[in-house]
Amino acid sequence: MEQSKLELLRDAARKIRIGIIEGTHAAKSGHPGGSLSITDILTYLYFAEMKVDPANPRDPNRDRFVLSKGHCAPALYATLANRGFFPVEELTTLRKIGSRLQGHPDMTLTPGVDMSAGSLGLGISSAAGMALAAKIDGKDYRVYTVVGDGESEEGQVWEACMFAAHYQLDNLCVIIDWNGLQIDGPVAEVMDPTPHDKKLEAFGFHVISIDGHDFDAIEKAFAEAKTVKGKPTAIIAKTVKGKGVSFMENQVSWHGSAPNDEQYAAALAELNA
Amino acid sequence: MAEKIATRESYGAALVELAEKYDFVVMDADLAEATKTVKFKKAYPERFFDCGIAEGNMMSVAAGIATTGKTVFASSFAMFAAGRAFEQVRNSIGYPHLNVKIGATHAGITVGEDGATHQCNEDIALMRTIPGMTIVNPADAVEAKAAVEAALNTNGPFYLRFGRFAVPVINDTPDYKFELGKGRCLVDGSDVTIVATGLMVSMALEAAETLAQEGIRARVINIHTIKPIDAEIITKAAKETGAIVTAEEHNIIGGLGSAVAEVVGENAPVPVVRVGMKDTYGHSGTVPALLEQYGLTPAAIVDAAKKSIALKK
Repeated sequence: MEQSKLELLRDAARKIRIGIIEGTHAAKSGHPGGSLSITDILTYLYFAEMKVDPANPRDPNRDRFVLSKGHCAPALYATLANRGFFPVEELTTLRKIGSRLQGHPDMTLTPGVDMSAGSLGLGISSAAGMALAAKIDGKDYRVYTVVGDGESEEGQVWEACMFAAHYQLDNLCVIIDWNGLQIDGPVAEVMDPTPHDKKLEAFGFHVISIDGHDFDAIEKAFAEAKTVKGKPTAIIAKTVKGKGVSFMENQVSWHGSAPNDEQYAAALAELNA
Repeated sequence: MAEKIATRESYGAALVELAEKYDFVVMDADLAEATKTVKFKKAYPERFFDCGIAEGNMMSVAAGIATTGKTVFASSFAMFAAGRAFEQVRNSIGYPHLNVKIGATHAGITVGEDGATHQCNEDIALMRTIPGMTIVNPADAVEAKAAVEAALNTNGPFYLRFGRFAVPVINDTPDYKFELGKGRCLVDGSDVTIVATGLMVSMALEAAETLAQEGIRARVINIHTIKPIDAEIITKAAKETGAIVTAEEHNIIGGLGSAVAEVVGENAPVPVVRVGMKDTYGHSGTVPALLEQYGLTPAAIVDAAKKSIALKK
């Protein structure tokens, strides 16, 4: 990857992480851990991969994104704001009465949100529906969705995978955010959904496993996905829950709790360093 | 004797008839032969998508398609469309107010021999609680076709309730007009009003005739649109006749009876006696035996009318 592109992505990801901390701190609730784990993937999608136009968020030919693990909306909002879909200042209205930034994504309220999602397992199906619609209409847009590793315990995720493979939705790219932690503890202890690679292959996917924080690897994976014909692609992204804020990293307690004033200051100091 | 046609037959036929006039796709969950979407599948295979036996996925997929501007009919039995997939209908379709039309067949106990697991008497109650959901329960094949076209002309989520069992065609008259959200007064009367929906409408007409022979003048109103309900025609009936009976092939909790009682209670309190499934599960059996067993008959409506009149102040 060119150094200038890498720097642009790193800078955007840093700002998005700051937005996540700002939003959840202001809301006094929310899900910073999983938001930080998907930040680099969302950064790459919106700043380097997807055909989107903040001035025309409903362009019928745009690429689409569905945050199936919708509780990580703070990451999506911070990405959209930094990409120019709405003012960054709005991020601190997260989860507040009257805000356009609901606890989980609402396509009717927030510019750039392509699908309301967040009840786990539903978003991946809707992403498959969008991909099928592109096929019906003969359009070449692509559809991306991020599914949580814990979320993959939902049966509907696998119904959607069966559907996507059956209809040969090669314009669909499913990213599994493999951060290894869910609310009740390590995913492996709560209800182990692994091995994702073998399961997804068996379901008819082209599978790519990467480090979800390595922009070079992310770039190569998305490029490879576009070359796959006749089947959907799954990218299993090994990530770190809480990535970028040292005291949040790999701590299950940061799944669904917001930083207090002291933690907020410490997190920002680290991200601004 | 009127011709008898199941409303599901009319649903399948309407999809084919309206396919050139409107742009939509149809989905089913391995029940196309039974829901009658198979007619559309054969005529327009490129616009038909089977989801297999995965109704929750089908609803969320349909929602995803609808975000791109398409209208989608998603079909299954009422038990699975409204029951199994309730949360997907609520969150993927209802909450973003997407253009998905749920074609739910095999509603109520007239499923017959398959028995209680497949006899959905709860779907209207479930769908009624979803904000922005339109619900139509047609009385016959004519109304069923009109309802499909109304769904195509209405923006947002729409629940169409169809039956498996052939029911009398009562609306094949030159002056028939389907108006979404409007009840239809089929018989005028001043002693009591029978508010019926679906296959109970033809039974309500029979009941009114029986009552007339006893000197009781019963008004009969067909409510095809259960949500938004026609509060005006119900309130007027309550004020003018002073007694109400509701009749539906559905649990008396949460369906038409509840919807009518809500309107009457808030606008013109009078007795409301409900005919329907009395908070119970169904059973295997022939349809006539089941209707008799659970009191979904003209005779039960007659009894309810007398009870409602007796409760008048």
